[in-house]
Order: sequence, then structure tokens, then C-alpha cells
Amino acid sequence: MAAAAATAVVGVALIFAFVLQTAWPVLTRVGIAQFIFGDTWYPTRGRFGLLPLVAGSAALLLGALLLGAPAGVMTAIFLSEYCPKRLASLLRPAIDLLAGIPSVIYGFFGLISIVPIVRSVFGGAGFGPVAGSLILAVMILPTITSVSRDALEAVPRDYRLGGLALGATQWRTVYDVVVPSAWSGIVTSVVLGVGRAVGETMAVLMVIGNAPRFPRAAGQPISALTSQVALDMAYASGDHRTALFGIAALLLFITMGLVGVGRLTVRRQARQGRRR
Amino acid sequence: MSEYAIELRNVSVAYGDCQCLADVSLAIPINSVVALIGPSGCGKSTLIRSMNRTNELVAKTVTTGEVNFGGRDVYGSRMDLRELRERIGMVFQRPNPFPKSIFDNVAWGLRSNGIRGRKRLEEAVERSLRAAALWDAVSSKLDQPALGLSGGQQQRLCIARALAVEPEILLMDEPCSALDPIATQRIEDLIDELKERYTIVIVTHNMQQAARIADFTAFLMAEQPHEPSRIVEFGRSVEIFTRPGDERTEAYVTGRFG
Repeated sequence: MAAAAATAVVGVALIFAFVLQTAWPVLTRVGIAQFIFGDTWYPTRGRFGLLPLVAGSAALLLGALLLGAPAGVMTAIFLSEYCPKRLASLLRPAIDLLAGIPSVIYGFFGLISIVPIVRSVFGGAGFGPVAGSLILAVMILPTITSVSRDALEAVPRDYRLGGLALGATQWRTVYDVVVPSAWSGIVTSVVLGVGRAVGETMAVLMVIGNAPRFPRAAGQPISALTSQVALDMAYASGDHRTALFGIAALLLFITMGLVGVGRLTVRRQARQGRRR
Repeated sequence: MSEYAIELRNVSVAYGDCQCLADVSLAIPINSVVALIGPSGCGKSTLIRSMNRTNELVAKTVTTGEVNFGGRDVYGSRMDLRELRERIGMVFQRPNPFPKSIFDNVAWGLRSNGIRGRKRLEEAVERSLRAAALWDAVSSKLDQPALGLSGGQQQRLCIARALAVEPEILLMDEPCSALDPIATQRIEDLIDELKERYTIVIVTHNMQQAARIADFTAFLMAEQPHEPSRIVEFGRSVEIFTRPGDERTEAYVTGRFG
């Protein structure tokens, strides 16, 4: 068991070392600031500015967060507080299944159904931040729902009884006692969901159009950090190739940051639990 | 105006197929303390919860019979559950303050009734905390988390929280079972003061406690295991504990079983 754990740790360390080492030449040549904040990504002409991709990823994440987090948390509240047991036993596996669908299928679904809708509503190509955000929102929903739901169900039943026994409505008891008690778990669920969205490649690649430009309109193609790596890897060489490893390094740091935030909230929750 | 705060007539409660209480009739006099005693699992908690309809929050229950409160049937179709639970407050076995500040805990019931005025809330919080004999200990730290209080203080906070909405009856379900003897003593003193203004129904497994604080005591038990419990005897505590009329009551209060 210890050996298995060690494999995981060593594996992560090796990936980090390998990615950073491969990316190093381009990072030193272009300069880290210019690499991350440069405003043009035109690798075949030696322009390695990631800002359009960072902005694209940020737009997708923000959209996914705004759509997916409320939907996921509301679903969790419904399942844990309101839903009859019978219905919950149907809904739960259905939501878990959402998490298990291969992302290429999400992409395919987005391509044939969401993109045309975005095109007719917002105009433009349809490929772009809105289509990508919608797909990502659905993909992170199961994570947010299941982690939030666990947090809500861990709230002592006495809190609910206490609220209802004071003559409060169920909704007030839920939003003013149960949800605040589970708050750090809910935040953790959102962080985990965002973590999933950051790393998502395939589904995003299929619906955003993949033009490394700043997001300006709902239905205009953009590109994201992950999808750009996946697309360019097939043909890139030289500095272009190393620059892709630079993107990978940036992604690794972002995910690491998110894991850190997640752990912090979990730890804070544990501390509050002790005080209880 | 009836002399009873709440009156149960032939109340039976069943959880699924399991009949738990049968044919309970009990009249609780206004401004008195009534204790419910009996062996564990005899349905004391079920009985007390039938008065403010909190049984149905815990499990699927079927209640038959009549619970008359202020001239209305608690189980009637026109009963407003919110109003009922406002007028019949409840304190639970384990202190359950919300993870909020002391002030917000006490003000919670009022706020859920739509009372917003800061001044009114402050007055009500002070009055309730004084009534629960907690004001002196917490008046300087109302904005601090309620979960930082000791167990006994938390329970008195829960009492204050229940009193803040100005109930007529206070139901207490083994309110001291999670407390140490000193905290228990304080709650008992408090109950003695509160009966001036409220009617109190208390479930307790501690017979000394019932004898000390209750004006009336009801003894519940099941004839046979797996049979529903009934009230064996109800009367003034003095009678129940010194000259019980039923030999089962005598056996129980003298500690021969239970």
C-alpha cells in the first residue's frame, strides 16, 4: 500500500519535473511574463503570448461557474431536503451517470445540439464561450451536486427540527440554518467542480471553435489552454512544441492552486466541526 | 377559557405498522409543570412530540384521536403548523443551537416571523435571555458563536430561543440528559421560574427530577413488549411518588425496573 502511495507521489513529481524541464527553453527565451501576458498566440510566427487562451479559459470557467454552481447546489438542496426517497433513488444514479459519460460524447452533444441553438440565439458561428460554458456546466454539475449533498446531509437533523419547531417554514430552515452549516462543504464542491472544468479538454475543444482570440461575443470562436495543447500537439515542433509544455506547466499550477483552496476549506470545515 | 393548556383525548400514534402509543388521554393544566416518565422506549418522546406535531418530521406517523389546543384540534385540517409550533415551543434532548451568533440564535424565530426592527429584536433577545437566566453570562458577547458556550449554557440558549417567540407551552424532551449535575440544577431552577408564565411539559428518565420539579406526573408503559404504551397513572407528583395507586407505578418509581 505504501508502495502504491509512493508511486502516486513520485508520478506527480516526475510529471512536474518533466513538464517544467521541457518547457524551460521557451520560458527563458520568451520570458515568463511575456509568455503568460503576451496578447498574441501565433506560434508559427514565433508569437507565444498566452493571454487570449487564458482569457478564453477564464471566460469558459466563469460561465460554467455561474451556470453550474447554482444549478448543482440547488439540485443538492432538492435531493437532500425536499425530494421524496423514491425519486431520490432514481435521480441519484442518473446524476452519478452524468459524471461517467465520456467527455467526447458531451462534445458531440454540444456540437449537434447546443452550437446550433447558440448560433440562432446569439448569431455568429455558434462555436464559442457560451456553448463551451453550457457544456462545462453540465459536466461539473454531478461533482458539485454529490459533494454538496454529502455536506448537507451531514448537517445534524436537530438543526432542522430546531428550526421547524420554532414555527419557521421549511425553506427558511433550509436556507438560513442548513445551508450555512454546510457552507464550507458547498464551497469545496464548487472548487472541485471548477478543478474538473479547468482540466476538461475534449468536450470544450469540440464546441468552442478553437481560434486563439480574446472572447468578444457569445457565438464567436475562442480557444482554451487545454484544447490548444491537444490541437497543436499533433504537428508542433521546435519552440512551438516546447511552448505547449509551457501551457501544460501553467495548467498544472492552476490545478495545484485549486487543490490547495479545496484543502483549505475542508480543513476549515474540520476545525468548525470540532468546535461544535 | 379552559383551565387546561392542552388536552389529549384518546390519542394513538403509529409508526408504520408499529403501534407505539394507544389511547392516551391527558389534560395539562395551565401554568403547571407536567412530567412524563416511564421505561425507555415507552413513547414518552412520541407523546410530547404529538402535541406540536413534530413526530411527522422525524418519521411517517399516523396519529388518531384529538389534541385540543386553544379550542382547536391540533390534527384538524385547518391547523396552521407554523402557528402551532410558534405557540408550542420545544427544547430538545441535545442542545441544538444553530452555528450562528448568540444574538442571531435567539432572534431567529422572530426573524422568521418577519420581525426586522433592530430595537424590537434587541429587546426580545434581552428579555428571552434574562428569562432563561443566561443574560448575565452572555450580555457582553452576544455577537460570538453560540457553539462556543458550555453545554448547559447552550441548552439555556435553546430555551431562550424558544421563549423569544412567546409560546404558551414549552415542551422539553429530556432537556438535561446531556448535561452535568450543576447545569441540570440550573435548568431545574429555571423551569421552576418559568412555570409562572408558561405551561411546561417535560419528558425525563430521572425520577428524582420529576419529583422535584413537576406538579403533575404521568407514568407511561406498555403492558407487554411490542404492545403500545398507555398511561398507567396520572396525578399530582406527590401522589405518584409517595402513594401510587397502581402497583406498576410503584414498582417503577421505587426503581424495581426500567
